Amino acid sequence: MIPQTFDYVRARNVGDALKALAAKDGTKVIAGGHSLIPLLKFRLAQPARLVDIGHLDELRGVTEVRRGAKIGAATTYRDLLESKLLAERYPIIAEVTSGIGDLQVRNKGTIGGGLAHADPAADMPAVMLALDAQLVLRSKRGKRTVAAREFFQGAFSTAMAEDELLIAIALPPLPRGAGTAYVSFEQAASGYALAGAAAVVKRSRSTVAHCTLAMTGISDRPYLVRAAEQLVGTQGLPDAIEHVAAQAAAGVEVNGDIHAPADYRRHLAVVAARRALQKAFVRSKK
Amino acid sequence: MPTLFGSGIKRREDPRLITGRATYTDDVKLPGLIYLAILRSPYAHAKLGKVDTKAAKAAPGVLAVYAGADITDRVVPVPCAWNVPNCNLKTPPHPLLAHQKVRYVGDGVAMVIAESRAAARDALDLIEVDYEPLKAVTDPERACQQGAPQLHADVPNNLAFTWVVAGGNADEAFAKAEAKVSLRIVQQRLLPTAMEPRAAVASYNAGTGQLTLWATSQNPHIHRFLCSVMLKIPEHRVRVIAPEVGGGFGSKIPCYADEVLACLASMDLGRPVKWTEDRSENYKATIHGRDHVEYVEMCGTRDGKITGLRTRVYAGLGGYASTAAPGVPTILHGLMYSGAYTIPNIHGTVHGVYTTATPVDAYRGAGRPEATYLIERLVDTLAREIGMDPVEVRRKNFIPKDAFPYTVATGLTYDSGNYHGTLDKALGMLDYGAFRAEQEKARQQGRYLGVGVSSYAEICGLGPSQVAGAVGFGGGLYDSAVVRVYPTGMVRVYIGTKPHGQGEETTFAQIVADEFGYPVESVEIVHGDTESTPQGWGTYGSRTTAVGGTAVKLAAQRVKEKAKKVAAHLLEANEADLEWKDDAWVVRGSPDKRKSFAEAALMANVAWNLPAGVEPGLEATAFFDPTNFVYPFGTHLCTVEVNPETGQVTVLRYIAVDDCGPPINPMIVEGQVHGGVIQGIGEALQEMAVYDAEGQLLTGTMMDYAVPKASQMPKIETAHTVTPSPVNPLGVKGVGETGTIASVAAVVNAVCDALAPLGIKHIDKPLTPARVWAAIQQAKGNGGGR
Amino acid sequence: MKRTVSLSVNGATRTAEVEPRALLAHVLRDDLDLTGTHIGCDTSQCGACTVLIDGRAVKSCTMLAVQAEGCQITTIEGLATNGNLHPLQQAFWEKHGLQCGFCTPGMIMTAVDLLAQNSNPSEGEIRHAIEGNYCRCTGYQNIVAAIQAAAATLRGATPARAAS
Repeated sequence: MIPQTFDYVRARNVGDALKALAAKDGTKVIAGGHSLIPLLKFRLAQPARLVDIGHLDELRGVTEVRRGAKIGAATTYRDLLESKLLAERYPIIAEVTSGIGDLQVRNKGTIGGGLAHADPAADMPAVMLALDAQLVLRSKRGKRTVAAREFFQGAFSTAMAEDELLIAIALPPLPRGAGTAYVSFEQAASGYALAGAAAVVKRSRSTVAHCTLAMTGISDRPYLVRAAEQLVGTQGLPDAIEHVAAQAAAGVEVNGDIHAPADYRRHLAVVAARRALQKAFVRSKK
Repeated sequence: MPTLFGSGIKRREDPRLITGRATYTDDVKLPGLIYLAILRSPYAHAKLGKVDTKAAKAAPGVLAVYAGADITDRVVPVPCAWNVPNCNLKTPPHPLLAHQKVRYVGDGVAMVIAESRAAARDALDLIEVDYEPLKAVTDPERACQQGAPQLHADVPNNLAFTWVVAGGNADEAFAKAEAKVSLRIVQQRLLPTAMEPRAAVASYNAGTGQLTLWATSQNPHIHRFLCSVMLKIPEHRVRVIAPEVGGGFGSKIPCYADEVLACLASMDLGRPVKWTEDRSENYKATIHGRDHVEYVEMCGTRDGKITGLRTRVYAGLGGYASTAAPGVPTILHGLMYSGAYTIPNIHGTVHGVYTTATPVDAYRGAGRPEATYLIERLVDTLAREIGMDPVEVRRKNFIPKDAFPYTVATGLTYDSGNYHGTLDKALGMLDYGAFRAEQEKARQQGRYLGVGVSSYAEICGLGPSQVAGAVGFGGGLYDSAVVRVYPTGMVRVYIGTKPHGQGEETTFAQIVADEFGYPVESVEIVHGDTESTPQGWGTYGSRTTAVGGTAVKLAAQRVKEKAKKVAAHLLEANEADLEWKDDAWVVRGSPDKRKSFAEAALMANVAWNLPAGVEPGLEATAFFDPTNFVYPFGTHLCTVEVNPETGQVTVLRYIAVDDCGPPINPMIVEGQVHGGVIQGIGEALQEMAVYDAEGQLLTGTMMDYAVPKASQMPKIETAHTVTPSPVNPLGVKGVGETGTIASVAAVVNAVCDALAPLGIKHIDKPLTPARVWAAIQQAKGNGGGR
Repeated sequence: MKRTVSLSVNGATRTAEVEPRALLAHVLRDDLDLTGTHIGCDTSQCGACTVLIDGRAVKSCTMLAVQAEGCQITTIEGLATNGNLHPLQQAFWEKHGLQCGFCTPGMIMTAVDLLAQNSNPSEGEIRHAIEGNYCRCTGYQNIVAAIQAAAATLRGATPARAAS
């Protein structure tokens, strides 16, 4: 497996990378390379040039931003797992990350790379939707922020322009006392999600005050389940959760393949949604 | 002195493997090395038009480009080497590079030789091929129906052969039977997935006319023979070296076009040529396994006596008949239809069918897992039909231990066995009664627990050469060893078999060291190079120890006999007065008069003082041709819990009780069982090669073909009974394939047992969550099933 | 276009003329003659090519050699010190944690990283950690046992945690 030839530059800083992208000459960004290099090997991607941002300290690490957090786009999954701040404020990040790829992939793969790749069966995008993450994009033209909920536009397709670079992921604070959970069913070979559900539930005394549910692996992109709002105001009893979970794939065009025919995948969506909601509910503070 | 035989000593091959200093084929480097890449058909079935290689030839670094038409007259097509008789076998030519037609995705179409791997790969993209696509058919049952796409001009209905096995009168048995059950079983295609992909390095010396081929081969002597045939050069000018081989599981038995193309390129270009497969290339171009659609029936009495078994099997062969392919679903499958039982009436029909898919050949167990699976599924189905415990049905039909040697209805004579022994031991380990009670309790709580039993007998230790000839195998099945003792007493043993993970560098050294009273370190086992090893037939069919190990033992004994003559001479004693003690001969009654084996070896090698008539030197060759196959057996038990909501199967316990005769190295035997069982669990739960309607392999990479991972697999509990085989002096059988042969049925039986309350009788493997869930939905009448 | 890359491998600086597209695994094997690192797949699944990059296990078939400039690379050949086997190598030998040996170098390198993070992993944690290393021969059982044994050796006298 040998990629097509390409040129390679190692960016000295973000400005360097933006300059390379501004040329719009078929330059692609590489960080961990764990989404891109397999495509290069199969010659499914044939960029003229790679600009490497993997080693840029300014793009790595997790920082505290008021009650939230900012994650550099080139932060590896391993670094996410080792972040105390994330463990404290967003335990769902460790929960989802420990199941991404494998030990070696997590050592090198980056959160930004994974999100920009926009695999419709990737786990992390669902969590980003559930947390209402804001993706910070930069180009020579300037900087803008796109909500994760707007970012994913289809299979392997995002809101990023050709000259833009994902530089950080900003996580707004979770509602106080909220519980979170990510539940997925893995495809046995690839480990990608046949169906994955990320849930955020906040209780206020005996009723649910806030509920978000995001799904991945079901369709051509991750999505929010609008029906999650219907849990708000309920006591979060099994029936109410089931009612919401049952709508996890409602109105969605569900993928079918050799690993999970569409009817089964739709069913798994419901099960994953229910389990995620239940876990998040139990984990939320009364 | 304690013997090494029976001792679980550490493996002698490991130090180089754990330090990264072993040499696998792709590690071989030669001065002036150039690289070969093969363009493979993206179509499953197409007429081949013009293959335009002009641009590729002009690309930088490219030395030569060939299409099929360029080489057709220079080489002999890839031979099928197992021409099973009496079945009207048709093996149409299998060109080294496709000619006029391609017959599966992955069929070689052209080749490039270039200065670097990258240049060779780049040039593949520059070859333009005109394909006229034809309809594909990858299902063996559909492929032999009227109107199916035809692969080969002279093979009507793609029917490569129809082979029948019969014993007793099955039709009569079924007509009279009190109870009958039938199943349609699909034994899915599998991808062998040896962790090392195939590779070849060919180096032709135009001066001597000698061709040397390093290749990923389980049987270098067979490769030597087939290369010489295909290249039309004398066999004694071909040297094949199988260096370290990273697993085979049958997929490195065949001699493929690819390694022969590397040879051809080296002969033409006068430089050494390397070819190495990518994994995705491996999944298309290296043989697959299994691929049966089966209609099977069993009949018996209401009190559990099996009276008959009938089968109709469609065995997919893929686009061509691979090296051993016709023998796998016939000799190694149909002849085993009696399993561990006294089934008096058997009738089996096996149709070998060409399909527009990668050729199928021997894959771990090769025919016997398929046989065990269908028999054990039928036994469970019959047990349920007559309301009897499946364990009781097995007990009632086992060949009794005092009946051996026992000839089954298919004509095979099993050597030895104690089938009740392994069953009882396994049941005891599980506490079968307690599990049944727990299962009953769980059922009341809406949980689905199940236990699966698989009692098997298998045929291995291939085998008597006379039988090989009679069943059309294109070679012998004896094996060989040369034991060479150096002046210092150190020993090298050159063997005709080809270990590639099974540990014979250790176990064979144990055999020899015991013979000479040596520490194991004094003995080295050499294998894989046809230049130094005697004619042998390789490692497959769990034959290496039973056949090759016996040759080692016999050669060592011959050496020892000669050394004893020398020792007697040096001791000025009669041979008859010598006693072997630990590592030396001692004159009976005079314990201080002793000569060690090493002392005798020195004298034999320097020849200063030898008895009259004894030649100098100390080495011996033995060829061992067994009089029969050997028949390992055992019982495996698996318990599972099925999640009815998701269809997920969790293996709770897996118990393997096997009898392969006396183990030479119990640690290695254990390892073989572990690996075999996990491979079978993979087959039962998750592995499947899938083609779409156009004949595209949908499981073309490890992203879609579910090779078992550590996190997905259970722990195996193992135990053994020991019933020696009378067929060889070591008493040994084989254990390389038993795990796979037994485990598939154990797991599927367990899941079907768990789901029995829902009325589910059978689900085709692999029992993926999706399939189990669909079966549950169908059983509940909710639709959603397939 | 080829360029010179300078790599720090097993404590020594090595240079090679490579194209940017050259995979680290190929450069280690073909240019630096470190053939202990194997290639078993093309989709970053099997882990036979695992090496340590700055102490972390990485699949060298999914990394460009040019990306590795400036990093400390350790391959299986660099694991034994002064002729003494690493405790993991020793344990794989003693526990029969290998058969054909093809997956072994990568498996061991991943285990090095695991034990650096977790000195007393449970069976479940080990199985999770090596899920990116495929072995077709052993059924994993003795590999797990080997890693547990090596962990005990590396811990010294610390008693093993009960299996979970």
